[in-house]
Amino acid sequence: MITARFIRLMEGRGLLFLAIVAAVGVLIPACNLLIPPGSPLHISTGTMVLIGKYLCYAMFAIALDLVWGYCGILSLGHGAFFALGGYAMGMYLMRQIGSRGVYGNPILPDFMVFLNYKELPITWWGFQHFPYAMLMVLLVPGLLAFVFGWLAFRSRVTGVYLSIITQAMTYALWLSFFRNDMGFGGNNGLTDFKDILGFNVQAQGTRAGLFVATCVALILTFVIARLIVASTYGKVLVSIRDAESRTRFLGYRVEHHKLLVWVVSAMMAGVAGALYVPQVGIINPSEFHPANSIEAVVWVAIGGRGTLVGAALGAVVVNYLKTIFTSGWLAAYWLFALGGLFVLVTLAMPKGLIGVWEDVRSRLKSRKAVADSKAASGQAPT
Amino acid sequence: MSTVTQSILYLDGVSVSFDGFKALRSLSLTLEPGEMRAIIGPNGAGKTTMMDVITGKTRCDEGDVLFDKGSVDLTRFDEAAIAEIGIGRKFQKPTVFESHTVADNVLLALKGDRGPFSALFGARNRIAAETIDRYLTIVRLIDHRARLAGDLSHGQKQWLEIAMLLAQDPKLLLIDEPVAGMTDAETEATADLLKEINKDHSVIVVEHDMGFVRALGCRVTCLHEGSVLAEGSIDAVAGNERVVEVYLGR
Repeated sequence: MITARFIRLMEGRGLLFLAIVAAVGVLIPACNLLIPPGSPLHISTGTMVLIGKYLCYAMFAIALDLVWGYCGILSLGHGAFFALGGYAMGMYLMRQIGSRGVYGNPILPDFMVFLNYKELPITWWGFQHFPYAMLMVLLVPGLLAFVFGWLAFRSRVTGVYLSIITQAMTYALWLSFFRNDMGFGGNNGLTDFKDILGFNVQAQGTRAGLFVATCVALILTFVIARLIVASTYGKVLVSIRDAESRTRFLGYRVEHHKLLVWVVSAMMAGVAGALYVPQVGIINPSEFHPANSIEAVVWVAIGGRGTLVGAALGAVVVNYLKTIFTSGWLAAYWLFALGGLFVLVTLAMPKGLIGVWEDVRSRLKSRKAVADSKAASGQAPT
Repeated sequence: MSTVTQSILYLDGVSVSFDGFKALRSLSLTLEPGEMRAIIGPNGAGKTTMMDVITGKTRCDEGDVLFDKGSVDLTRFDEAAIAEIGIGRKFQKPTVFESHTVADNVLLALKGDRGPFSALFGARNRIAAETIDRYLTIVRLIDHRARLAGDLSHGQKQWLEIAMLLAQDPKLLLIDEPVAGMTDAETEATADLLKEINKDHSVIVVEHDMGFVRALGCRVTCLHEGSVLAEGSIDAVAGNERVVEVYLGR
């Protein structure tokens, strides 16, 4: 009964998505750990980490699609939430280094010793505890989103104006995290991580574990997002997207509804950032750069806005293309390719990759129906 | 508020100006409980601005806007609060949620808790189909309940919006040009529908179509340049020299 209800809520393509992520989460670590290097089925640790990075981006894209695709809030600063989640994880990892740093200070990370810090800033307190750090991964992006959203939505800032101030938000954070006196490592950011939960971050087994954790988090993110959009609350969000003033005149406090989805989305982005950092081994202010947030919007548009699965697909496809493009002589042209892809998708396939897939499917279905009816009429006389 | 009134809606000396243009000049109007009133007037007479003031979209510069026997001062609330207090509004251009089904449009409009958590986990997910169908039957859209609202004809969208108003269960309905773009048969059906609705609700209808206003058979108020020009039965207002002058031009 509950299973049947769950299957209905996830929709066909959602189930397919969950099955693929689950399969990837089992097979890729297995091919990495159990199959010896030489074998054609072996997947190198580098490839696994790369795919893990794509899956973090997919989570981030789902978070963005939840606010943009369903509620019409075009955030051009969502990377800020991703980066804040990443910094919270980075701070935990820094404090795990302990006295193994270059300067051997058991409490202060290297950059603080270098900058003549005498004691740990209050912002870093408690980050040596994993549960506290994980709580901050959710709370810091969530709190920023709450304050920002409360002010913006209450003042009825919408459309391009809202997009511009989200951009300003991430730009401001970008500039401030560059500063050494912010106490977050300045432009070098946080790196040289050693352990996570007592396991060596560089070890193959830990990498596989982080990969599995990313798949689990992606599945949870998708299920939560899907439950939200399938509920009546999801319908209210779409109503706000399509006819905000109508929704308001029906008696809905549009600002409260926007605020809830905005905060949830920011927390999801924070978790994606937190899983990203131990896999890539560094977090620095460049993650706040406005261009990152805009790129994420492009992933969602290319994959198919307002579909969740499309957002995740777009993130993986575009980042795979980026990997190919930027590893050879084409590197200089990547941004042109990305821009071109965006224009092409907007003009030729406004519903994104998912839209093309749905079109093909419905065309095949109707062709099959025609063929079936022909076969039936052909058989009738015999 | 010292003013004591038995009216469901009481407007006294309401003025609104936009950058020096006076959209309403000391407009006064009262509506008795259970009454239906038609508002007519040329373009720019202030009909829509009056609705904006009543529903909290526009703040008035001066004047009283009281609701429900003077117990509620509407100037102190915003749109969402006024909808909760019991005033439903239908827009001039039909605005329904086009990417939702007809039934979902009514579901979202139904009276009840409108907070995000109620919509996420609570009561709004457990509304019986019969409740929705009751409203769709009234506006004759029951056969279209599973269609997307965006696929409805213009006239059907107008009716759906009226069904959404009814589902809110307001005390007062403000209906802006309900028969614009409707066929004659649809116009006639809409007049019957509004008379039916008027049995349990107070109604204000803004409309240009004189045949339709006549079919409503209610009191008529003619606005001109932001204040009341004439008020009375349709024949009295239509026969008023100044009304004729305003409509035909001097």
